[in-house]
Amino acid sequence: MTELLIYSALSLGGVAAGFAVVLYIISQRFKVEEDPRIGEVTELLPGINCGACGYPGCSGLAEALVDAADEGDISHLTCPPGGADTMKQVGRYFGLEVGSKHKTLAVLRCGGSFAAAPAKNEYQGPETCAIAHSLYVGVNGCPHSCLRLADCEVACPFDAIEMNDETGLPEVIPELCTSCGACVKACPRDLFEIRPRGKGKAERRVWINCRNKQPGGIARKNCSVACIGCGKCVRVCNEIVQAISMEDNLAYIDPYKCISCGKCVPVCPTKAILATFTPPKPKEPKKETADTQA
Amino acid sequence: MAVVKTFPMGGVHPPENKFTADSAIQILDPPDEVAILLGQHIGAPAEAVVQKGDTVKVGTLIGEGKAFISANVHSSVSGTVKRVDEALDAAGFRKPAVVISVEGDEWEERIDRSPELVTEINTPAEEIVQRIKAAGIVGMGGAAFPTNVKYMVPEGKQVDTLVINGVECEPYLTADHRLMLEHTDEVLIGVEVLRRALQVERAVIGIELNKSDAIEIMSKHAERFPHIEVYGLKVQYPQGAEKQLIKAILDREVPGGKLPLDVGCVVNNVGTALAAYHEIQKNRPLIDRVVTVTGSSLSKRGNFQVRIGTPFSHAIEAAGGMPGDVAKVIAGGPMMGKAVPDLNVSVTKGTSGILLLNKREAQREETVACIRCSKCVSACPIGLEPYLLEKLARMEYWEQSDEHDVLDCIECGSCSYICPSNRPLLDYIKLGKVKVHEMRRASAG
Repeated sequence: MTELLIYSALSLGGVAAGFAVVLYIISQRFKVEEDPRIGEVTELLPGINCGACGYPGCSGLAEALVDAADEGDISHLTCPPGGADTMKQVGRYFGLEVGSKHKTLAVLRCGGSFAAAPAKNEYQGPETCAIAHSLYVGVNGCPHSCLRLADCEVACPFDAIEMNDETGLPEVIPELCTSCGACVKACPRDLFEIRPRGKGKAERRVWINCRNKQPGGIARKNCSVACIGCGKCVRVCNEIVQAISMEDNLAYIDPYKCISCGKCVPVCPTKAILATFTPPKPKEPKKETADTQA
Repeated sequence: MAVVKTFPMGGVHPPENKFTADSAIQILDPPDEVAILLGQHIGAPAEAVVQKGDTVKVGTLIGEGKAFISANVHSSVSGTVKRVDEALDAAGFRKPAVVISVEGDEWEERIDRSPELVTEINTPAEEIVQRIKAAGIVGMGGAAFPTNVKYMVPEGKQVDTLVINGVECEPYLTADHRLMLEHTDEVLIGVEVLRRALQVERAVIGIELNKSDAIEIMSKHAERFPHIEVYGLKVQYPQGAEKQLIKAILDREVPGGKLPLDVGCVVNNVGTALAAYHEIQKNRPLIDRVVTVTGSSLSKRGNFQVRIGTPFSHAIEAAGGMPGDVAKVIAGGPMMGKAVPDLNVSVTKGTSGILLLNKREAQREETVACIRCSKCVSACPIGLEPYLLEKLARMEYWEQSDEHDVLDCIECGSCSYICPSNRPLLDYIKLGKVKVHEMRRASAG
């Protein structure tokens, strides 16, 4: 009995030792040197692997950062959810300048609420925008409208999008949004845009709350707050900074040119321009336009 | 007709509800205004060749299909072109269209409007194909694929049989049934025209057994045509799907991703054969079609010969007006048709039916969990696994969807019909098809 135990222990031990030697040799022979900085930089990043930076996860960005640091310039790389704070730490780690990227967030560009764009038909299919969009124009007849089925809410990894039961539209919660871009990808109608948060502590920003490229009359038929391409905002803005352009009956405010003066907001006849602050003057007071949608 | 032919795998048998099988085709007068879409077919839309203010007659070319896969579009009415811009398509999107206000009913001189039958076929094969293209003839079964493209057999492919689809397996629809009963000879001459265009020795016509009168009359009249055979087929949905029909009649299997051409066949609908007869024998391009306007509560439901571009509302008016309990209006049949979001959408070359469902019929039952009964697998005529494809689509696993042959789905809807848990199987499978196509296009270039 004891003999059996000894032989077993010896033979198994021998086999184990043999494998250990082989494994050791192989591990030495085929050793992969990983830059220890990659691990350390990964630690500095948020670790949520959202992919908003354009690299596969945080370690992917860390690798790119290390490569870029070796070439002496990391200013083109950024971590949208981490924002300036994270990048400052990364910059300090490498002792390099980081890009002065604007802090951004996702902005919904549609005002097709239950009230503004009432339903003309009933949708009974699966509750997802992707399917509704591939089937037909949508409940309110506007081919560029929000389908109100919450694919963005489901896609947001930070719970920063909530459907508003009263309007039917999604709302971005600025405090939680990291501008990772998941909603931009999820929306089949391309209604989200990553835009700078805007001037000052109050985050003053102005945007066209519509994506409808149809001629004004048709757009207006389906939605009372559609951009009708009248060009009034363009004319007002042209006197100041030329931040608004008009293409296919749809105005667009370039956020990097816009100075958030808000003068375009009251001139819009359909209230299709939204701002996060109360725009200046006009003759009659504006209530809805000051609605802080985002 | 000793043995009842059918396809071997899958299929369902929904209630037939062919209320209008006995109502003769009525000619519907043109409405005051038609909106003729320039893209009624699969492929590139036609380009408008008329302008605002132009006078057109019935049969005047108004849109030219310039791409390889495209089709011409003709005016279905006489009158003045009101505008050339956009009109609603069946999905509610605005698409290029020619809107014509109707004045009188004047036809192009070349069109032979006499009821006489022209039996002699004097047109050579190549010219037939060219004229089918010129006449804007597309698949009348519903898919609206340009017919002439099917007849341009690529080098190296051998075609020996023309298959004519008179199955009409969709519940409710009776348009093809009535065509075969009332225009038997025209349809048969049309088949003969198509057979000559294809230069084959054999043409077979498949008809489901629930249309025994059509089988009888077609078989009797087909005796005069030595190359045409008529087959009765078992009542089983989707008997009229191209691949299932070929399998049932000829026992040839079209592999996934291949066309009927690859097994030596071309498949056309009886409606297409009639359109070919009209163009080749009567110089009459495709300007109207038979549409079944039906529904359980419609008072004067029936089969109507409708000008292309007629709004749905006009056809429904003719069938007794919109009943109060209607909840859904479907273009096509209940299995593959699509609900329309607006009653102003126009009848197109592919509109085989206008189906009005009431609240109870239209209601989608609540979706519950999959119980793994595998009824969808048994029902799939292609041999796919719908429950799996739905799951893959929900999880956005497009590569795996592709591996499980989502693109082979013919969208017949048998899986969604049979599912005891009311799962939206086909909805997700369709989404999967769109996404897999996008993925393939992206990786191709």
